[in-house]
Amino acid sequence: MKPKFDVIIIGAGVVGAAIARELSRYRLKTAVLDKEADVSFGTSKANSGIIHSGFHAEPGTLKASLCIKGGRSFDRLYEELEFPFERRGELMVAFTDEEVRILQSFYQQGKKNHVPYLELLGRERTMEMEPHLSPDIMGSLHAPTAGIICPYEYCFALIENAMRNGVEVFTGEKVTVISKKKRRFFEIETEKESRFSCCFVINAAGLYADDIAASVGITDFKILPRKGEEYLLDRRVGTLVKRVLFPIPTKTSKGMLVIPTVEGPVMVGPTAVDIDRKNDFSTTRAGLKTVFEHAQKMVPSVRTSDIITSFVGIRPVATGNDFIIGKTKVDGFINAAGIQSPGLTASPAIAEMVRDVLLQEGLKMEVKPDFDPKRRSIPRARKLVERREYKKLEEIAESDKEYSNLVCRCENVTEAEIVAAIRKGHVTLDAIKFATRAETGRCQGGFCTSRIMKIIERETGIPLDKITKKGPGSEILPFQLKKGENK
Amino acid sequence: MTREVQALVIGAGPAGLGAALSLKNAGIEDILVVDREDSPGGILLQCIHNGFGLHQFNEELTGPEYAERYINRFRKSNIDLLVNTSAIDIIADGDKKTVVLLSEEEGLMEVSAKAVILSMGCRERNRGNIAIPGSRPAGIMTAGFAQKMVNMHGHIPGKEIVILGSGDIGLIMARRLTWEGAHVKAVIEVQPFPGGLNRNIVQCLNDFKIPLYLSHTITNIKGNWRIKGVDVASIDKHLEPTSEDKFSLTCDCLLLSIGLIPENELSLKAGVILDPVTRGAIVDVNLMTSVPGVFACGNVLQVHDLADWVSEEAEYCGKAAALYIQDKITKGRELPVKTGNLVRYVLPSRVEAGKEAILSLRPITPAKDITLMIKSEKKILHKKKHKKIFPSEMLRIPLKEIPADAQYIDVSFVWEEK
Repeated sequence: MKPKFDVIIIGAGVVGAAIARELSRYRLKTAVLDKEADVSFGTSKANSGIIHSGFHAEPGTLKASLCIKGGRSFDRLYEELEFPFERRGELMVAFTDEEVRILQSFYQQGKKNHVPYLELLGRERTMEMEPHLSPDIMGSLHAPTAGIICPYEYCFALIENAMRNGVEVFTGEKVTVISKKKRRFFEIETEKESRFSCCFVINAAGLYADDIAASVGITDFKILPRKGEEYLLDRRVGTLVKRVLFPIPTKTSKGMLVIPTVEGPVMVGPTAVDIDRKNDFSTTRAGLKTVFEHAQKMVPSVRTSDIITSFVGIRPVATGNDFIIGKTKVDGFINAAGIQSPGLTASPAIAEMVRDVLLQEGLKMEVKPDFDPKRRSIPRARKLVERREYKKLEEIAESDKEYSNLVCRCENVTEAEIVAAIRKGHVTLDAIKFATRAETGRCQGGFCTSRIMKIIERETGIPLDKITKKGPGSEILPFQLKKGENK
Repeated sequence: MTREVQALVIGAGPAGLGAALSLKNAGIEDILVVDREDSPGGILLQCIHNGFGLHQFNEELTGPEYAERYINRFRKSNIDLLVNTSAIDIIADGDKKTVVLLSEEEGLMEVSAKAVILSMGCRERNRGNIAIPGSRPAGIMTAGFAQKMVNMHGHIPGKEIVILGSGDIGLIMARRLTWEGAHVKAVIEVQPFPGGLNRNIVQCLNDFKIPLYLSHTITNIKGNWRIKGVDVASIDKHLEPTSEDKFSLTCDCLLLSIGLIPENELSLKAGVILDPVTRGAIVDVNLMTSVPGVFACGNVLQVHDLADWVSEEAEYCGKAAALYIQDKITKGRELPVKTGNLVRYVLPSRVEAGKEAILSLRPITPAKDITLMIKSEKKILHKKKHKKIFPSEMLRIPLKEIPADAQYIDVSFVWEEK
């Protein structure tokens, strides 16, 4: 008997998704398993959304080479997959003479990494470019090729395109056992007692990559969770900065940044705190204080009263600090682990590297002539309202009536966009939020949550009391009002 | 599609209905009222408790009953109503205001109007606004959302409830959920005084022995999937949690009743200037905003605690807007209203000499045996002793005529010498 799949990827974050999409170019049977209710629900959803230029990474590391290579792919990916992406540039700013010297060493490092168009700027040029920066700055390092991206839409787009090209995706499937039956024959069991078989296993399990590796006897690395708190500010302060602003980095992170997002609102953060538990997603008073102290040092007009929401992402830091990508002592088991920053930027290059490993391992990879690289985004009412393109919106609403029902008033999301997300398989409130931006605005779902729940119920038949925020156990309204419920 | 009307009213809650009826009574025929919900009535429809109508009708009604009285009058008056319609933009260009609507029935519409009445109401502050630390599980929601789900859809959000904030909706929901068999464990209020009406503290908490912790806050939220509990601590005078006085509560639901914010994003698009204290528009004595021909009333102008005052304000606003449409509005000499001792705000912030005015105001803190004094530099216009005042209870003071020679009006709370 042959295994059902050629390749199974464990983990549907940006790394797993990029690998899945890359492999979907070939005549292979590929599956992706993820323990969460939807794809992109782990570290990827809480990413800062930066495509780094590459001057941060230490030359000679996988981080550096894959960051540079991956970063270059985004113009093509943007054309093909239509996710929000803009090359805004990044600035690392210095406040002291000592920091100016550090800028120079990053400039040299960037040159070694072949980061294009790097320039060291004096105070005046820097202030001209970013007028809301603190007047206390002394200079900056400017990397115009850096970009900002919507990380979960990128991940969704990769998965959608992979599925279109034949990849099968199984969410809510937590891998419990991986057993090697014979050479190039793995059997994978999940918590729900599903069974999958394959020739190759790709370990893209993010925070849990060490546990997955350990299940086949690979114990030469650990994943250390490092927490980052981020704070999203109201759209009103959205125009404060055009570029991503970095301080001089610390030992454990790139420091706390002021980040413009592709959707408008400014984000500040993240903290970098090593934690014991991989599921500690709590924000803290101390985190909030640190983030704003640092952010205000760079941009004094950033205020805590403008916060509309906060969240936590946990970086999967591997022992050894670099990415762990490649074959292992277990034949057919391939790691793509320890992918912390700049993992999002590197993801396209990581996918190609994994593809090359599979080739070297002898997997027959025949290019599919009918591979369709395109994933089309749908019109966003929000964008048209922002630009006051009402004629266009009128036309769209005429051809699709669901565009004339505004569901989320803060972010201008219509029923058509919610329905499109549901039909792509996003049925939790968090997934619909990431896919459409409904509930992300200043009312944080106060008005639209019940409307969205009604649409989910109508489209999928899931009753209201079974609709969840992010998977089983997170039902929004678990109890019904009826006789017998009352004491 | 384009359309032209004399008056466009945005929102058909108590403010919009009241303003539209008042416009009609004043002789304006061509009125369009829009609402994003599928029927008029606004938030009143989910407020099935009583306590409405004491001022307007001299009887105690529920929210839906109170709404019904206005809806019936509205239906009889044949005013044009478009439901399932959201206003997405207001483009103010000189005397012409164009409102962009997205309507399920009509598609995209651009409606120009001589007068636009903003009556969109308010929204609830949420967890993000106050950055409560902790995890992000299901089971955390605003009290108004819970009210809607329980009263309109028949779903209960939890069985063990903690409520943060003592706003009126939270208090009402404490009682409502207790009636449905839930255990409401505590109401936590950061201020040293309640945020809601005194009658709701008595009827919704005290009568059910639900503890109210004043000067306390939630310092942590626990649980990754569904909320499992919260940590509570008392706060010091800098609003920082203390380490001595703290405790934990288990719960499967956290309701937030931490304040209401007038929903003025649309107003901002029109160029309306907002007051940082009320977060509603800055208006003149006619309730006209900084954009000529754009008026505001109800919770979008200032957050009210009684629907009756919303109706009264809306009626006043409709009258003024009608005069504007008929080019009969007179602009007298304006003078400022000063917020004196213990006064958080007064609306409007300026009045006109020789004209009537209705002042809405709130104190900064609760106080006892205190006199509200409203005067011009020469004359006392209003003086009344109050046994108790609360920030949660708005005072509405009609002034018959502002003296023709007044330079300013001062509003203060004063302790009179015995």
